[in-house]
Amino acid sequence: MSLTDPAPQDPAQREIAAQAIDVHKTYGKDAAEVRALDGVSLDLYAGEFTAIMGPSGSGKSTLMHCLAALDKPTTGEVVVGGRKLGRLRDRRLTELRRDKIGFVFQAFNLVPTLTAQENILLPLSLARKKPDPGWFDQVIDTVGLRPRLDHKPSELSGGQQQRVACARALASKPDIVFADEPTGNLDSTSAAQVLGFLRHSVDDLGQTIVMVSHDPVAASYCDRVIFLADGRVVDELAKPSREQILAHMADLQSRAMGLAPIGEDA
Amino acid sequence: MLRLTLRNLAAHKVRLLMSTLAIVLGVAFLAGVLTFSHGLDRTFSGIISGSTPDAQVRPANSASAAEAAARPGAGSEAMLEPEAIERLRTLPEIARADGVVQGTGLYVLDTEDKLVSSSGAPTLAFNHTGSRNLLGEPMLELEEGSWPKTEKELVLDGATAERAGYRVGDSVTLIAPQGETRRKVTLTGTAAFNGGGTAGAQLLVFSTAGAQNLFTEGKDVYAAVSLTAAPGVSQKELVEAANTVVPDGFEAVTGDKVVAESEDAIGDFLDVISVFLIVFAVIAVIVGAFIIVNTFSILIAQRSRQLALLRALGASRRQVTASVLFEALVMSLIAATIGVLAGWGLAHGLAAAFRQAGLEIASDVLVLTPRTIWISYAVGVLVTLAAALLPSRRAAKVPPVAAMREDTQPPARSTALRTSAGLVLLAAGLGLAAMPRIGIPEISLPGGFEVPTSPALWVGVGAGVSILSVAWISAFLGRPVLAALRTLSELAFGMTGKLAGQNAMRDPRRTGATASALMIGLALVSLIGVLAASMNASVSDVVEEEFKPDLIVQSPTYTPFPASIGDEMEKVEGVATVSRAQVAQAVLGKVDLQNPKKNEPAFLFGVDEHMSRIYDLDALEGSDDVKPGQVLVTEETAKEHKWQLGDRIDLTFRSGRQLQPQISGIIAETQVTGDITVRIEDLVEAKVPREDASLSILLARGADPAVVHERLDKLVADRPVVAVQDKEEFAESIKGQVNQLLYMIYGLLALAIVIAVIGIVNTLGLSVIERTREIGLLRAIGLSRGQLRRMITLESVTIAVLGAVLGLALGVLFGVLLRDALRDDLTSLWVPLDQLAAFLAVAVAVGVLAALVPAIRAGRQDVLKAIATE
Ligand SMILES: Nc1ncnc2c1ncn2[C@@H]1O[C@H](COP(=O)(O)OP(=O)(O)OP(=O)(O)O)[C@@H](O)[C@H]1O
Ligand SMILES: [Mg+2]
Repeated sequence: MSLTDPAPQDPAQREIAAQAIDVHKTYGKDAAEVRALDGVSLDLYAGEFTAIMGPSGSGKSTLMHCLAALDKPTTGEVVVGGRKLGRLRDRRLTELRRDKIGFVFQAFNLVPTLTAQENILLPLSLARKKPDPGWFDQVIDTVGLRPRLDHKPSELSGGQQQRVACARALASKPDIVFADEPTGNLDSTSAAQVLGFLRHSVDDLGQTIVMVSHDPVAASYCDRVIFLADGRVVDELAKPSREQILAHMADLQSRAMGLAPIGEDA
Repeated sequence: MLRLTLRNLAAHKVRLLMSTLAIVLGVAFLAGVLTFSHGLDRTFSGIISGSTPDAQVRPANSASAAEAAARPGAGSEAMLEPEAIERLRTLPEIARADGVVQGTGLYVLDTEDKLVSSSGAPTLAFNHTGSRNLLGEPMLELEEGSWPKTEKELVLDGATAERAGYRVGDSVTLIAPQGETRRKVTLTGTAAFNGGGTAGAQLLVFSTAGAQNLFTEGKDVYAAVSLTAAPGVSQKELVEAANTVVPDGFEAVTGDKVVAESEDAIGDFLDVISVFLIVFAVIAVIVGAFIIVNTFSILIAQRSRQLALLRALGASRRQVTASVLFEALVMSLIAATIGVLAGWGLAHGLAAAFRQAGLEIASDVLVLTPRTIWISYAVGVLVTLAAALLPSRRAAKVPPVAAMREDTQPPARSTALRTSAGLVLLAAGLGLAAMPRIGIPEISLPGGFEVPTSPALWVGVGAGVSILSVAWISAFLGRPVLAALRTLSELAFGMTGKLAGQNAMRDPRRTGATASALMIGLALVSLIGVLAASMNASVSDVVEEEFKPDLIVQSPTYTPFPASIGDEMEKVEGVATVSRAQVAQAVLGKVDLQNPKKNEPAFLFGVDEHMSRIYDLDALEGSDDVKPGQVLVTEETAKEHKWQLGDRIDLTFRSGRQLQPQISGIIAETQVTGDITVRIEDLVEAKVPREDASLSILLARGADPAVVHERLDKLVADRPVVAVQDKEEFAESIKGQVNQLLYMIYGLLALAIVIAVIGIVNTLGLSVIERTREIGLLRAIGLSRGQLRRMITLESVTIAVLGAVLGLALGVLFGVLLRDALRDDLTSLWVPLDQLAAFLAVAVAVGVLAALVPAIRAGRQDVLKAIATE
């Protein structure tokens, strides 16, 4: 599938954190039918920072939701941490989300009545678990919010709020963290802080992160970029630079405008 | 603007339905109560006019039985001879003259030999003559069977026959006041008053001979005569003609006058019932108003973005206010309509409940009068509009720029002013309630008005002001309670509990207003609870202190019984002493025949020589003993009449006899005896027929109380009107009456609590919608459905417990103050902690119940939809 750079490691040796197997997701019926996902198969590897990119409406968010056990595919199978999600009931899915998955949304990530620290520890307190103090300190120091822990979300800037949200996603040492346009609402400085933090947590804390983004700059922080179009995986890049990504996006754009697809003829 | 309003109404159907329900219930209760009291009124006036003749011949001034006692020389009761009736019949103005024989003290036993319970309405026993009422119709209507012909036949009203389990043709057992006490007669039919129903009265209709057999020792005499006018003769002419032949001591009065007198007498009683019920309807409406205020506030907060957009597009403040008020108007009209209809149903329900209790109310008089409809609509619409006024003003204050802002929270409102005003009001309320303790000032107001001096009234007004002002500033007062509850639920339920506690504190005003609805109900419930418990404790204390005999024998209905019972009891093995007590009437002072109204009737308490040995009377002056020719009076009575120890007082009896007993002692107020206590021997001398009102029994040394009790029980087994009671049974029988009233009040207050539950459901439902996104987030990061439900339930319980804590605190405080104001009657204070704990438990249950639907709805929300909500 891949045409350019080789993978950073030998694919056979990499541990799979989450997996999509021929996932379809359709909305509506008959004439109004929308194929948001149209046969996506994908392996996400542990210890990697992966970006998912693609035009608006290409199914990025839908894919994230299916992978993060927030939504169910119409057909196909999703595996997270070695467990197939298809047959799990709401209760197990909730536990899975709480213990194995972290999630960061574009906005409205925090519970307004709780302080930053309480928000970070929320999944743990919901599970009635004690935080690992060493890990917590590490996360807090990486996120750089120690002096703000007792503040309510309304007293934090947008960037700070997103960093708190990231810290929360990491606090329970999940198998994988999903972030849907975490920097979509932020200016470039705040975005850089958040992305830097995510990069750190992969490099220094060994976390696995999957992020949806429109922004080539954001994607350039990643180990791997997957391109989606019309509900299908059309391409991927490993350790791309900003320019590579821009070029690729332009390429996809032109294909979407009627030119012959590149992927298939290779 | 109009279309927008209607759109809003349609868009929030469910939310509005809930708040509408609060108005519906309030209006339904009001309409129900109005319809019911109207029906009650109609039932009674129907009976009165249906059973009153054109004119009546009766003992002169018979309006008051006590005044009748002032007629010396008339024997025990003045009676008309048959000749007098014959003379009336010869008059051309009189078409019919029917002699009436009637009496009291007659009871019906059911098929199991138990007294047929009555609602407290009288038992009417009289003869059937076919006499006509004001409209020329028969006074009584036969429903089934035939009229009694022989002395051994009887007709009952249908309800009594049914309750007693008798059918036409059955043999009915009666307890008669005199002669042979237990009699068997045959039921020949059932009847009702013309005009429908009996309003709870038991009808016992006999043949004239049968009634005379029971009430006049078989003599052919009559108590009164019903007159029917000849055609074309007015009531006035009829009375004038009749008075020419009516014997001395009797008078003829017009039917209209009789109706007026009866309605006067019964009107007071009906007013008490109506006012009693309307008070609860008003409480329900007030509680409903809180919920309306709250719902509108929340709806407007949620809609503030839209309202701001309207303002930005050029809508004026007034238009925004008007649109909200119009919404309220439409809502209140719908609610009032449903409420009035539901009220009609409720009135039938109330009537059914009263029917169960023995008060028969015909259902065809339970109609919605224009007045009822008018009042119900007015209250429903005005209360809703008044409640929506504040939120609508707030809606108009939403600035246009709010449309552009991210957060949809309304700007923080200044509460300092409101809080301080509320605190001042609260202080004023507490001050009013504490007034009786400090001392009520005696100020006369201009216009001759006096400051009311009833301490209970002061406490009542103070309580009302305080409860409402606490409701007003519940956001402020509730904060510490909410904080404590949050800590508690966090300790018990961890993070879920904390989130719930935080949510309850998020908008303290909303939480406070929701809790206030419950607070009002629980404040009243616990206030009544304290009073009732104090009443029970006072009864226990008084009984403990004053109940000295081993057993007491008396009638639960306080009717006298033959002295022969006491005679028999004296012979029972194990009985040492039987002390008799008799109640008699006399007139104080010299009788003024010219001016019967000036005669002062009094109840005398006749006792025997054992009384002062059994009971400890507190003699303030002189002795606590009374000998023949002497009299004991209470301090109060002595003061009123300016009597001194050693004075002789004049007593004139019905027989015409006069006595001048000398005051041998002035005693403190007591439950043991009455205001004026004489010896039974003196009553006998005054030709008062011997009978007993109560017997106090001392047991022989070593006698087993249980065994003697059983023996005495056997002796009165065939006299259901007489009961043998020991100290506990005696106290319980009094408490039973208090508790019955208590349960009735609780039942009526339950409605206020139901409305409060609706309020909580409403607030929670709206909050859940408001927090859709937050709930979605929580679900996404691992809040399970169960935890979500628990969180919402805990929030609900927090609100309910806040209401309960405030309500119980106020209820107990004012219960204690009111008890204090009534300490003459309620001698001891008792705070029923067990009941209060039960109320708190009820509040928790209410919280759980109210959360049911919102929690399920929140749990069903799709996690993704929740995140995606704009
Ligand atoms: N609940 C839904 N009902 C119907 N169609 C939906 C729904 N959610 C998404 N879609 C459709 O599915 C397709 C994929 O949507 P998705 O949100 O995954 O796109 P995306 O790649 O995240 O786009 P963007 O970059 O704009 O966020 C779109 O065509 C969208 O219209
Ligand atoms: Mg998207």
